[in-house]
Amino acid sequence: MSTPVIPVTAGTPGDELPGAAVLGKISYRIPITYAVLALAALLGLVGTMIGREGVWSQETEFQSRYGDQWFTIPNFSVPSMLTVIVLTVVLIAAAVYGYLLTRDRRTAPLWLHIVVGLAFVLAFLTWAGAGKTSVIPVTSLLAGALALSVPLIFGAMSGVICERSGIINIAIEGQLLFGAFAAAVVASLLTAPYLGLIAAPIAGGLVGALLAWFAVSYQVNQIIIGVVLNTLVLGLTSFFFSTLLADNASTWNARQPLGVIEIPLLSQIPILGPVLFRQTILVYLMYVTVIVLQIMLFRSRWGLRTRAVGEHPKAADTVGIHVNKRRVWNTILGGAVAGLGGAFFTVGSGLAFGREMSAGNGFIALAAMILGKWNPTGALVAALLFGFSKNLGNVLGTIGSPMPSQLLAMLPYVITIFAVAGLVGRVRAPAAEGIPYTK
Amino acid sequence: MKLELRGITKTFGPLVANDHIDLVVEPGEIHALLGENGAGKSTLMNVLYGLYDPDGGQILLEDRPVTFDGPGDAVRAGIGMVHQHFMLVPVFTVAESVALGYEPAGPGGILDLQAARRKVEEISERFGFHVDPDALIEELPVGVQQRVEIIKALSRDAKVLILDEPTAVLTPQETDELIKIMGELQDAGTSIVFITHKLREVRAIADRITVIRRGKVVGEASPESTETELASLMVGRSVSLAVDKTPAEVHDNSLVVSDLTVLNGSTPVVDHVSFTVQGGEILAIAGVQGNGQTELAEVILGIDEAAAGSITLDGKELLGLTVRQRLRAGIGFVPEDRSTDGVVSSFSIAENLVLDLYDTEPFAKGVSMYPARVAENAEVRTQEFDVRLTDIQDPISTLSGGNAQKVVLAREMSRPLRLLVASQPTRGLDVGSIEFVHKRIVAERDHGTPVLIVSTELDEVLALADRVAVMYRGRIIGIVDAREAGPAGINRDVLGLMMAGVPLEDAVQQAASHQSTLAGADALADGKDLT
Repeated sequence: MSTPVIPVTAGTPGDELPGAAVLGKISYRIPITYAVLALAALLGLVGTMIGREGVWSQETEFQSRYGDQWFTIPNFSVPSMLTVIVLTVVLIAAAVYGYLLTRDRRTAPLWLHIVVGLAFVLAFLTWAGAGKTSVIPVTSLLAGALALSVPLIFGAMSGVICERSGIINIAIEGQLLFGAFAAAVVASLLTAPYLGLIAAPIAGGLVGALLAWFAVSYQVNQIIIGVVLNTLVLGLTSFFFSTLLADNASTWNARQPLGVIEIPLLSQIPILGPVLFRQTILVYLMYVTVIVLQIMLFRSRWGLRTRAVGEHPKAADTVGIHVNKRRVWNTILGGAVAGLGGAFFTVGSGLAFGREMSAGNGFIALAAMILGKWNPTGALVAALLFGFSKNLGNVLGTIGSPMPSQLLAMLPYVITIFAVAGLVGRVRAPAAEGIPYTK
Repeated sequence: MKLELRGITKTFGPLVANDHIDLVVEPGEIHALLGENGAGKSTLMNVLYGLYDPDGGQILLEDRPVTFDGPGDAVRAGIGMVHQHFMLVPVFTVAESVALGYEPAGPGGILDLQAARRKVEEISERFGFHVDPDALIEELPVGVQQRVEIIKALSRDAKVLILDEPTAVLTPQETDELIKIMGELQDAGTSIVFITHKLREVRAIADRITVIRRGKVVGEASPESTETELASLMVGRSVSLAVDKTPAEVHDNSLVVSDLTVLNGSTPVVDHVSFTVQGGEILAIAGVQGNGQTELAEVILGIDEAAAGSITLDGKELLGLTVRQRLRAGIGFVPEDRSTDGVVSSFSIAENLVLDLYDTEPFAKGVSMYPARVAENAEVRTQEFDVRLTDIQDPISTLSGGNAQKVVLAREMSRPLRLLVASQPTRGLDVGSIEFVHKRIVAERDHGTPVLIVSTELDEVLALADRVAVMYRGRIIGIVDAREAGPAGINRDVLGLMMAGVPLEDAVQQAASHQSTLAGADALADGKDLT
């Protein structure tokens, strides 16, 4: 075996062969998205100039005060028209800059997305609040957005845990609902909201265990089981609600709010402080879940094995990892996380349980997970975006905006379509997702 | 470590994949397991690796019986395996892939990636592998991915290394490097089981050869045996390895591809490719898998889109036409992946034979189809192409690979052809079917049809081609005339070097000054034949 090996000198065919480089088609998704936003701002502006009397003297008032704080920024007003004009110019400039970048085959930087997003939202708020007696409550807008996001974030984390290991979890909706139900009932019976936080993940984990059982042992199509489980949970909780909870509300379904825990110092940060750090333990648990999951998924033994099982289960099997066992445990864990998120609807918000109270949040959570490319932090950002756009609709509805309320209700979905089609583009799911593993 | 298998039996339903197989691998030995596709080699090794439970028989390590519940047990016992389809997660780094399952970790299960990296570097250095621990698997060439697999096995102290068809994806030069690595492992005391169906390799590499046919051991052979001897042992009858064909008679009709570029995203996968195939000749596109041949074949049929260039058939531009228009223009297309692109596996054999013509006369008129005519057509075609079947209405998935491929050929050659494009026409087929497919392809060429073959098997290229174009990273490195083939001009080594990206003249020079291991073994064996 000592025959010499031919030294292969790497060929460089590119140098001597003719023909200029043929480049692929440029995708103008991002500048088009920017341009649409700029156009929307411009139309609103022009429409206002034509339609409203005395627009130039109108002002928009913003408020950032929220509860007691050591120092607060006083309410401030800006001249509406001028602000909108400036912001529209910013948007147009961003669209042009984005076009130039894309034309030269460069990618738009992250800060440009942020600038465009902020400019559009501020322009919209300024326009909506122009000439109104009511102020735009910036801090409560954000606080409400976070509140609406909490179950979405828990649900999206649940999706990440399951799908990274190869199980599609459509049952997030059911897990949220069952978690909400269990938390309300246990907290009410024992008059202890914190015990509700223990019951909720158990309930969610139970739904996860059913999903895993059918998906792994019987290899039933995972989407179908997910849908069936959602229906099952909806039926069960509605049944118990009407037979038990509604009649004996004081015993079975009394409000048991979790106490607000204020973190010293941090909660004094202007605007964001009270939003982030004057919350219940459930919200702090949400922060911990996202951070821990992000680290564990990419830096731990558990995460490496989970990802291997979701990408290439056979490879995992050949190194002695029990693929199906891992999938079952991950699905149960994922269910538990979603169940915990469900507790936010009841004890987390200080409400009693209500029929169908998860209201499609599980599906939006799934969308947030995909939008976040199966990454905990990405899913977090996406879920916050959903929460914000939904709350924006709510707030504008109450202060009264020039837009009809039906259009405002569409806002989260319009933003979703824009975000997915315009900014995120192609996403790559875990390769073995939804495929049962057999030897 | 000494490995012994005694009477291993494994059945899948009525199929007996392994029938009382005995095998002894001595410490530090390279033992080749030779057999055709489907002979049961991989099943046997999967039993040994704990992936399958045997229905009978015993595994002995150092003369002690062992049982494996899963691959984990086998690995602990010192058995390592490099699978034919690599067991690597594409989105992982090399260090992560090697660590998986045996991760060095700190408190809380947090990975110690530094330790994993060091392990890769250490083994990589010891055997001269040149593998970067931080590279992403999906960005590595297959030859390097294979080394990662070997590092994986070695990092778990494998004493017996099973290599399942390790050369299937390699260039001849990469094969040489693999042979060198195997020699070093052998010197370090590792026993190697080398699974293959390639006759030349076993003679160059193996200390001993065990031949398996239809799940049974049919004999042992020494590396001094000739290829013909090994082939007849493997197939069970004498076979002719050469394809009989007369010199090409070239006609005027032709396929002209000029300056063709195909993009995947923004990377060119076919890059300014130009060539001509004339009627009555076979042009083979040679190259390692994944150098743009697949895309080239698909863009000719129209299932891939060209970014620039032109493809004309008898002077008529094909680009811009739909797939159906191109088929009706007389293109016959044998796709690379028979089971996903060649047939609809749940359809019957008869239906699969009219997939391209189901909506035309005589099979259909208006909205109605004529099943009797479809069946009649199937009877004729399957007889002509010697398809072994029980009923033409059975789903095509009941056929063996060879017979299914004959159905694809029968369908594609049932129209009057102006061009035949065949991708990997004999992949996974038994020797008998290979002979048949090769004969039909040569017959089509003798009809005066231009034939374009895409193949990664150098043996097949050399057997069929009148001219050979070598593709590397989407470009054609050179086109050589197979008639000039010979020891002085174009040979296996030259083509192999071109497949690694070396331009023609350099390849001829390099091949003349260094003889490859395989060529050396050929010379040795040929010398023996003479005496």
